[in-house]
Amino acid sequence: MADLSVNIGKLNMANPVMTASGTFGYGLEFEDFVDLEKIGGIIVKGTTLHHREGNPYPRMAETPMGMLNAVGLQNKGVHYFVENIYPKIKDIKTNMIVNVSGSQIEDYAETARIINELENIPAIELNISCPNVKQGGMAFGVTAKGAEEVVKAVRDVYKKTLIVKLSPNVTDITEIARAAEGAGADSVSLINTLLGMAINAEKRKPVLSTITGGMSGAAVKPIALRMVWQVAKAVNIPVIGLGGIMNWRDAVEFMLAGATAIQIGTANFIDPAVTVKVAEGINDYLERHGYSSVRDIIGALEV
Amino acid sequence: MKKYILDLTVTENVRLHNNYVLIKLTQDKPLPEMLPGQFAEIRIDGSNTTFLRRPISINYVDRTTNEVWFLVQLVGDGTRQLATVKKGDTVNVVLPLGNGFSMPENTDKKLLLVGGGVGTAPMLYMGEALKKMGCKPVFLLGARSANDLLQLDQFEKLGEVYTTTEDGSAGEKGYVTMHSVLKTTKFDMIYTCGPKPMMMAVAKYAKENDIECEVSLENTMACGVGACLCCVENTQEGHVCVCKEGPVFNYKKLLWQI
Repeated sequence: MADLSVNIGKLNMANPVMTASGTFGYGLEFEDFVDLEKIGGIIVKGTTLHHREGNPYPRMAETPMGMLNAVGLQNKGVHYFVENIYPKIKDIKTNMIVNVSGSQIEDYAETARIINELENIPAIELNISCPNVKQGGMAFGVTAKGAEEVVKAVRDVYKKTLIVKLSPNVTDITEIARAAEGAGADSVSLINTLLGMAINAEKRKPVLSTITGGMSGAAVKPIALRMVWQVAKAVNIPVIGLGGIMNWRDAVEFMLAGATAIQIGTANFIDPAVTVKVAEGINDYLERHGYSSVRDIIGALEV
Repeated sequence: MKKYILDLTVTENVRLHNNYVLIKLTQDKPLPEMLPGQFAEIRIDGSNTTFLRRPISINYVDRTTNEVWFLVQLVGDGTRQLATVKKGDTVNVVLPLGNGFSMPENTDKKLLLVGGGVGTAPMLYMGEALKKMGCKPVFLLGARSANDLLQLDQFEKLGEVYTTTEDGSAGEKGYVTMHSVLKTTKFDMIYTCGPKPMMMAVAKYAKENDIECEVSLENTMACGVGACLCCVENTQEGHVCVCKEGPVFNYKKLLWQI
């Protein structure tokens, strides 16, 4: 058994496999399928200061080797999370991480401040990249200035590990990553979904209620891999790679490109047990290639 | 109920006619508990265009042969690919998902099961459960034409069967809600599954006649377990996942304008 442990900020993870926000519920939805404690970190559904109903149905369109979603951050708000969900997940023995979203800087900071008080939540992932909400979300993630402002405001009130989730819907993602690093982020995760669109030709109508939505799944992997490689060279903080990871080989590719950890998202819908299989597959890869630690393959791409 | 990811083996794949197949699956161990109205997420292997699993309702569970049946309508690439499986092939399923129909409190209730098109599928398993309990389920099955009325011989073993077709090629001509049995019999409870306009019309009939009614929705889904929040329906409690809180709902919980 190789050493699979990695560190992200103050976070110690037993292995580099995490779940992507919005694809794994609060973990509990998957406990019939996998031993949650074998996953390095679980990033739960995006949480906002206030309750959000999300966008109208239909919210999903299948695309070749992928899908579009337009959920729009449906959640019951951080206070509901603290009172009703946190008690159910706080004793799961892995890193339970909350994805925090908002539409104004004050909301992000207030939500982060509230979650800072929860003993068994060791990190947050700041979502400055959701393409499915009209106000804010991605607005902060598409300019270096916007990213810097929101990360700084959260950094001031949040004392634990701060991960910032980046949008791929930008001209130069390294610029945003550097801004997040400069404002005090402990890590950046990328990529969030790519803005896309689906049309029903027979009906001459958009498939999604919001017309456009966020694309994920296997089809986005080459783009995500490229961006992770670019960002890993541009910043000194650990990078968490995600986007179209379907199996252990994809995960290893992201780590070779420079990711310290990886997240699995849409693949959970196709194989609800994929997370643990990826962790096992990474171990087999390391043993086969004679590496004693997974840390040896981070950025080990030979070019 | 505990959910499972299972590799099941095809025992039979029957082409019912052009647009429908009946796929029967088994495994060595006894199949897990499944309730009428629940569904499975079936992985589609070997299709270039199908990325997600397909949610398919449980048509029947035969405990004597340890088989679960899926009635599949060939709609797009995914279901067409699924329809090509052969005896001995492996099909990966996640089941049982969602909540089933509620069972009546006693056997005196007059129960009507209304299915439209491939929406008749869960009514077979439900009908059998009701008959086993000692109820006398009545079936009202609607389709475009006689060819689309599926598994009639199976339904007839379980109770009275009434049919409608849009072209009049079998049963009464028209929609299920126009059938004469609705005028001659007062039911206590209706269970329905089928196209949304049909279910809305059935729910409207139930509302006007003060009959309890449960509908089974089939909103477009991704995960099937309440994680992705894609398949939401607007209810009195806000947006809820059809896959987790449904697919069966009392129509009164929904915000249908009927």
